[in-house]
Order: sequence, then C-alpha cells, then structure tokens
Amino acid sequence: MDSQTKSVLFDPIFVNNPIGLQILGICSALAVTSKLSVALVMCLAVTSVVACSNLSISLIRNHIPSSIRIIVQMVIIASLVIVVDQFLKAFAFEISKTLSVFVGLIITNCIVMGRAEAFAMKNGPGLSFMDGIGNGLGYSVVLIVVGVVRELFGSGTLLGYTILKPVSEGGWYQTNGLMLLPPSAFFVIGLFIWAVRTWKKDQVEKADFELQKAHNAEAH
Amino acid sequence: MSNPNENENVDSEVMNEAGKKKTGFLAMPNDSIAKTFIVAFALCLVCSVIVSVAATVLKPQQQKNRLIDLQKNILSVAGLTDESQSIEERFKKIEARLVDMETGEYTDIVDVDTYNQRQAAKDPSMSIDLSSEQDIASVGRRAKYGKIYTMKEGDQLTKVIIPIKGYGLWSTMYGFVALKPDGRTIDDVTFYEHNETPGLGGEIQNRAWQKVWQGKSVTDENGKPTFQVVKGRAAKDSQYDVDGLAGATLTSVGVMNLVRFWVGENGFGPYLKKLAASAGANNG
Repeated sequence: MDSQTKSVLFDPIFVNNPIGLQILGICSALAVTSKLSVALVMCLAVTSVVACSNLSISLIRNHIPSSIRIIVQMVIIASLVIVVDQFLKAFAFEISKTLSVFVGLIITNCIVMGRAEAFAMKNGPGLSFMDGIGNGLGYSVVLIVVGVVRELFGSGTLLGYTILKPVSEGGWYQTNGLMLLPPSAFFVIGLFIWAVRTWKKDQVEKADFELQKAHNAEAH
Repeated sequence: MSNPNENENVDSEVMNEAGKKKTGFLAMPNDSIAKTFIVAFALCLVCSVIVSVAATVLKPQQQKNRLIDLQKNILSVAGLTDESQSIEERFKKIEARLVDMETGEYTDIVDVDTYNQRQAAKDPSMSIDLSSEQDIASVGRRAKYGKIYTMKEGDQLTKVIIPIKGYGLWSTMYGFVALKPDGRTIDDVTFYEHNETPGLGGEIQNRAWQKVWQGKSVTDENGKPTFQVVKGRAAKDSQYDVDGLAGATLTSVGVMNLVRFWVGENGFGPYLKKLAASAGANNG
C-alpha cells in the first residue's frame, strides 16, 4: 500500500475525522448511539454505503453531466441505502427495527454526499473506495466511543452484558438517565473533539479575533 | 487490499451498463441534452434493477423474520416469556381460533393456520367496507373473520388475545391485546409494527407504559367501549383510563380509537360479549 492510499484510508480516523473536524453526520450520531450494538450496525451500514457510492460514482465520474450530477449521486446513494435496508431487514431484524428511519436517513447523511462530491468526482475508483472506507471508519470511531460511553453510563451494560449492576436490578450503580437521551451525545462528541485537538494541536482553529492586552489600554 | 466480491459485482454492473451506452456517445460532450438523458435513463435502469433484485431475493427471509417476530409478540403478550424454551415449544400452549366477527361465534370455515387476517381485509370477498362513522380507527376494510389466540389451563379459558390495528399519526399501528376471560379486563398489550416518531409516538412500544394498561377495562358492563387514553396522567383508581404519551397526542388518540374499535360492536364486541356471558355462567 503506497503512502497516498494509506493517508486516504487512515487520515479520516483522527487527522481529518468527518464528525470531529468537519462536523458532518451529527444527526445520526445522536440518534443511534444509546446502545452500542445498534451503533455498530449503523457504522457498518454507513461504511458500506459510503464506500460503494464512492466507488460507483468514481467509475462513471467522467460521464456525469454536470447539470444533473447531484441527482445522479443521490440516485446511486439512495439505491445503495435501500439495498442495505433490505439486507438489515433480512439478517438483523431486531436491530433494523430499532434503527427504524435512521437507515433510510443515511441518504441524507452529509458524509456520503460530501465524499461523493469532494473526492469521488475527482479521483480514481480504487482510491475513492478507500476514501469511503476511511471516512466510514472515522464515522465509526466516533459512534463507537459515544455508544460505549452512553450505554455504559446510561444503562450499566455493554452490548447487553451487565458491567455496572444498576440499582433497579439490585446492584449499586445509579444509572444516568441523561446518557440515554440524545443531548448527551453532544457532550460526548464535544469531549471527543477536545481530546483529539489536545493531541493534534494543528486541528485547533485560529481565533477569529485576539483580546488586547490590558496594559495597552493603560498606556494610552 | 481487495474489494469484497459483492461490491465489485454491483459496481461492475454499473460500469458495464454505463460503458455500453457510452461507447457510441463517448465523443459527445457531457452536457449535451442527449447525453444527459441517456445517462439519467441508464442510471435509473441499473439502480432500479439492483434495488428490485435485492428486494425480491431477500423477501422470503424478511417474511420469516416477521413471522418469528409476530409469534414472539403473541408470546410476550400472553406472558409466556420463559426464554429457556424455544419459541415453537412455548407457542404450543396457545391455540389460534377463527371468530366470525358478525356473530361472535367460533368458526372453521377457512383453515386457521393459513388464514391471514391482514390479507383478508384487503380481499373484497373476505371483508366488509366500513362507513366513516363506524371506522373510528381508520382501518378502511375489516376482515369477516378475526384470528384470535386463546390460552387454556386444563379446560378453563385463561386468556384471549385479539389483534388490534389502527391509524396513528404517520402509520398503521399493529398490536395485540390480551384480555381476561371476562372479555373486558386487560391482561397485557403489545405493539409490534408501526412507523410513529421514534421517542414520541414510538413510545407505544415502551414496556413501562404498556404495564399501566394491565387491569384496566376496555368496556363497561354492557359492552360499550369506555377505554380512554387521557392527556397527561390518568387518575390512579380509574377503571378505564391510561396515561397519554407526552408529545404524541395524535398517536395517543389513535391508540384509544383503535382499542375502542376492536372491542366495539364492529370489532370483536359480539365475541367478547359471548365470552363474558359464558364466564358469568361458569362462575354462577
């Protein structure tokens, strides 16, 4: 694997994370992360959709009339999402019921469309596919982190196995109800972004303005 | 790294199809009207083929899942939740029966195992059209025969499970309600299929809320539907009232109407009245 493929595949995980740096795809990150198992299936679904859509769009990129290019992308993405939805209904029925509308809403996930427009329209099929996988992984990392935190502190379980025994079942752990509600994902994503930016300082945006120092005011 | 085979197939199809069309049009500028139409048409064709193949191939598996899910829901509303036994084994304790909705009598006119009430409701010869006054739950047509499930202990009937359905805010909600042999006391309730807003109307699947239903009555002594989903919290000692769902008024009203419809005279009312009468006779 040459260095370009490597960076296309692994950069979106921490260096250029679609949720952490580009702040895309927040909606589903809030909605499907109250249980880890559901979040994992969602990760798989989004990764396969973004990889396949990148690949197919890249294959026909030189023949897409620019006047209808967004529609062409949408048709491909929407078809892939329907196929994924059908697969989930056939092989992961329980989870597809929990995901309900959010599988269909992958169509509107900005990451998929964003990668199609920004990357697949300009690069070859192989690289575009890798880019799709990479961005899917970046999305997955955030979802898994949020899912772990929310399920562990919200219901004391991980993937359904009891880790912290909740008071309601005779244990000691007082479950944190807020963690089961969507707003808690905002806090967890915020903390995730903070952690990544503490580690990778170049992601910190330049301040829009600088505060003047106090002694300057005194000098005048 | 190699691509998974499946993806390759799907995408090479896209490429081939598009490539075929394009050989003659390669020279054409991308933005010419003809090419725009050809690309749009070819793309739609390919995508619709892929989508319909996926839907058709996976349908049997999906139907199987739905059947298992249905049985699970019947078991859960019947209170047979012992996970150590298989679904089939637990399901043996339940007997499916057909009821003539008009007379309220059991019937064997069609085979109960293959009878599908949902399909029958669409078949004009197997169902009746409801007038808008009768149709408070917006079910449209109602099947002539209802498929119910009974549970017995020895010879004594302990529960009857009747199917319920009706329109909420976005979708038709399907569920079951288990009644005691008196034909009016709720033993349990479940909803297994709906497309209500997750977190609001979708809370009809919340077990904590469903447990509030237990012990309430759906009709008064004369068989008149009196069940209510009230806004906010229901009075604790009320016989007919259940808490409304916060933020889901229309779903709550839909739930109330569908229960009233199915226990009322156009639903299983005649059957439930007979049931109550025979329970009274047994006790007396």
